[in-house]
Amino acid sequence: MNNLKKNRYKDQAFKALGMLFTLFGILILAILLYNIVRVGFTRINWDFITSLPSRKPEQAGIYTAIIGTLDVMLLTIIFAIPVGVGAGIYLEEYSKKSRLSSLLEINISNLAGVPSIIYGLLGLGIFVRFFNFGGSILAGSLTLSLLILPIIIVATREAIKAVPSSLKEASFALGASKWQTIRSVVLPSSFGGIITGIILSLSRAIGETAPLIVVGAMAYVPFVPHSLFDTFSVLPMQIFNWTTRPQQGFAVAAAGAIIVLLLITFIMNGIAVYLRNKWQKKLQ
Amino acid sequence: MNAIMTEKTNETKTEASPSEKYKLHAKNVNVYYGDFQAIKDISMNIKPKSITAFIGPSGCGKSTFIRLFNRMNDYVDDFKMEGKIKIDDTNIYGKKTQVEELRKEVGMVFQKPNPFPKSIFENVAYGLKIQGIKDKELIAQRVEKALVQADLWNEVKDNLNKSALALSGGQQQRLCIARTLAVEPSILLMDEPTSALDPISTAKIEELIHHLKEFYTIIIVTHNMQQASRISDYTAFFYMGELIEFDKTKKIFTNPEKKQTENYITGRFG
Repeated sequence: MNNLKKNRYKDQAFKALGMLFTLFGILILAILLYNIVRVGFTRINWDFITSLPSRKPEQAGIYTAIIGTLDVMLLTIIFAIPVGVGAGIYLEEYSKKSRLSSLLEINISNLAGVPSIIYGLLGLGIFVRFFNFGGSILAGSLTLSLLILPIIIVATREAIKAVPSSLKEASFALGASKWQTIRSVVLPSSFGGIITGIILSLSRAIGETAPLIVVGAMAYVPFVPHSLFDTFSVLPMQIFNWTTRPQQGFAVAAAGAIIVLLLITFIMNGIAVYLRNKWQKKLQ
Repeated sequence: MNAIMTEKTNETKTEASPSEKYKLHAKNVNVYYGDFQAIKDISMNIKPKSITAFIGPSGCGKSTFIRLFNRMNDYVDDFKMEGKIKIDDTNIYGKKTQVEELRKEVGMVFQKPNPFPKSIFENVAYGLKIQGIKDKELIAQRVEKALVQADLWNEVKDNLNKSALALSGGQQQRLCIARTLAVEPSILLMDEPTSALDPISTAKIEELIHHLKEFYTIIIVTHNMQQASRISDYTAFFYMGELIEFDKTKKIFTNPEKKQTENYITGRFG
């Protein structure tokens, strides 16, 4: 009886502790958000979004940074998704178990944890210098593609692994080829997981600053890029630059840009959740 | 047997033809998973339009053996096979065999109902669509025919677009049978098709198997002695990778040749 009481007490204590930790995380986030919104919200208006950067904080806008971010993300999507999902499918469904394939697997998992500045240096060496793309949108988005490739590959593999082998067997037993099985059974069943992984990786790419600094993204780009080889800026670059300025006005502008960046990230995550739920409903 | 038939090799033609009477013919089959020998020198002939039950304790090789006939073991790592398996006189492990064509001829129903997370209609139409059949009317016809054959049509005809996962376990298994029949195979392999079902669903499927015998050669793996004796014409008893006894079901269950068989079917071991 005594023991039972003790256990129940422990249970309650752990529950309270867990709740405390959860609230702590949420509280910090809330304070952060509140501070940024308090400082930056007044700064956000149509002019702020459609103005070019300027030396005067009151006139500075984030137009080139937003366009740059959207351009870079679009290109990253085009480069990284086909390669990442394709590699994930190959590793999970086609590659035979061998020493080479397990070496590949370990390396890809490790690559997902390599600091992003290293990818920046890699991009500088390969895309900027070797291919002579310069500090261009192309070089920036290729570098970010490399950065998120391992994440997409790992997410794709996990999603495919979760498809019950009984479904694959059923498809094979009906005379389907491997590719037909992948297309009609494996991919539809794992689509939710793959799309979630992709969007989370893009959310990471959208906030990256370090590799783009190394590759040569500009903080001050007074024009909208017209070609893949133009120099560019992205929102995190702009924020980073503004927070290093002494004038108070730039701190306000930085807060405004942070709100815009957060909004874009939230929208992307929202789309991920929406697509996943919609897909799951369709399957049931 | 279209595609496989046309790919008959000269080698198989010159041999004495054992399959005038037999649909399936296995000769000196050995199967290894790495160092482990799962099947030991098994030979077996199966007559067309008969029901053969494979019985034996877990791990005796009966599932491995049934999966040889549609080459489902090909996906297992370290799988190695020796010997010959012929269907209608064609070596299905020959170099020219197209596995996809073979599986259109040899359908399989699995232990657990495994419908695709698609609609009832799409499940049955799956095998037809992967063959590249586009004619919607033809697909609808064959879906209906298969569902009627699997004794499911009356229960689902108004809900063909409903998800297959909403069906009961027994209905799902009959859907899986319908899905297999839609491809119009000549052989049906059933790997413990009722082991996950309640007695009423089991009875329905046994009755269904009995009707299907008219058109198909059926092999069924079962752990249920009564089921084997109720529905099969022939019974094969496997033990430790060997075929201990293979004879008419009546003989096996009333007067088996081997002591081991008798011990197993009377429940003294296994």
